Amino acid sequence: MNEELIISGRENLMVDPHLHIWHWPIPLYLFLGGLAAGVLFFAALYYLMGKENEYRSAVRRVPFIAPIALVIGLAALFYDLRHKAFFWQLYTTIRIESPMSWGAWTLLVITTASFIWCALHIREFFPNWDWKYNWLKELETFFSKYKKQLAWVMLIFAIITGVYTGILLSAFNARPLWNTSVLGPLFLASGLSAGAAAIVLASKNREERLLFTKIDLIILGVELFLIVHMFMGFLASTQVQIEAAGLFLGGEYTMVFWIFVVVIGIIIPGVLDLMELRGRHIPAIIPGVLVLFGSLMFRFVFVFAGQVSRWLY
Amino acid sequence: MRYAMAVDTKKCVGCSDCVVACQTENNVPIGYCRDWVVEVMDGTYPQLEIELRSERCNHCENAPCVRCCPTGASHIVDGGIVLVTPNKCIGCGACIASCPYDARYPHPKGYVDKCTFCIHRVNQGMKPACVAVCPTKCMYFGDLDDPNSEVSVVLKKRKYKTLIPEAGTKPHLYFLI
Repeated sequence: MNEELIISGRENLMVDPHLHIWHWPIPLYLFLGGLAAGVLFFAALYYLMGKENEYRSAVRRVPFIAPIALVIGLAALFYDLRHKAFFWQLYTTIRIESPMSWGAWTLLVITTASFIWCALHIREFFPNWDWKYNWLKELETFFSKYKKQLAWVMLIFAIITGVYTGILLSAFNARPLWNTSVLGPLFLASGLSAGAAAIVLASKNREERLLFTKIDLIILGVELFLIVHMFMGFLASTQVQIEAAGLFLGGEYTMVFWIFVVVIGIIIPGVLDLMELRGRHIPAIIPGVLVLFGSLMFRFVFVFAGQVSRWLY
Repeated sequence: MRYAMAVDTKKCVGCSDCVVACQTENNVPIGYCRDWVVEVMDGTYPQLEIELRSERCNHCENAPCVRCCPTGASHIVDGGIVLVTPNKCIGCGACIASCPYDARYPHPKGYVDKCTFCIHRVNQGMKPACVAVCPTKCMYFGDLDDPNSEVSVVLKKRKYKTLIPEAGTKPHLYFLI
């Protein structure tokens, strides 16, 4: 028998009996950040491919989700800070070793880029839009001229944002469940699938819907592959990581992970996507909403389960 | 200079004086602690073995908390002591999540707080409060680079271990076994 007790009593708030420093704002932000990254990635990609008119929703309309999602996400992040008055310290330095530091700068770039992109397409929703002030009109002409460069910035920073939301967690030595570099591509894939689902939900053009259904299906497949990969890595690793994987393989997060994230969030929408592509008519809202829901649940499950996982001693 | 602490698990009686001394010396808010005592019980009655450890921040050489900190509020000063600058800390919790020893906590005022090895005392040539107060004198503090310091001498004489060395943190808190 081996029993370990803190006999002097330690009840540090948010640390004991197990870490619970991060609540709902963090997974919510990780979801919204991933969604915005996905949406902006496809907008920039299809713009640069010269398909602006074929895939109008993806390039011109759906990106309006991004600044809204990012602003809500940033508000959630800010709400989660405990020393709020000092948040500006983030922007006094860049620390390459800390994903949170370069992530904060990435967010600054991508949020600004998403606002400019939407400003350039504002007439999509308000055909008679007038900027009123001359300097705003001049800014619009300026950015219209450099739209291609803007799209490249968006494309690259969307990928960085998508990866960063995962790397953020994997940089923490102390939490074996997070401590895998697969989280980078996995969170990126999850964000891209959420972005594709949002486009499928919003698009009224059948051809565009079919293309993004196909993309969504491929990314869901990649996600499933990465999840299997992650478990293989854990189970072939040290005892702490075997136990971390155990949280999903019989432990307290098993049901919520496999049912909400894998079955409802990946497998069912994947099958529905496949049926749609085979010519059956599936209302786009069903797989779309399921993918978004799965993507959100994935963040919640991962952030909460990760805080339970720890080094044994 | 590399400050380190060694705790003799054979001499510690688990009285928790070190915890109270720290709370008093450092004005630790009520309900929190920067150090704590762990009792590990092994075996079945009547073959029982107990290990008592007074634990705190390990002042790691490869400190994950310092690497994760987005603002540089968590930093290592001369002598290898890991500190937090309250007015640079945004309270994001990254360091708390990255510490394998759970040695940090969010101070009610918002910033993150932890053991400082009583740097204010050490700079004046005194020992940390926990070491100074220990009734069994089971704790040793000093400079690892000085072969004649209390801690260097005792680490030469005795067998010791560190906590979770496999986490790659290179801790500076030693336990004599």
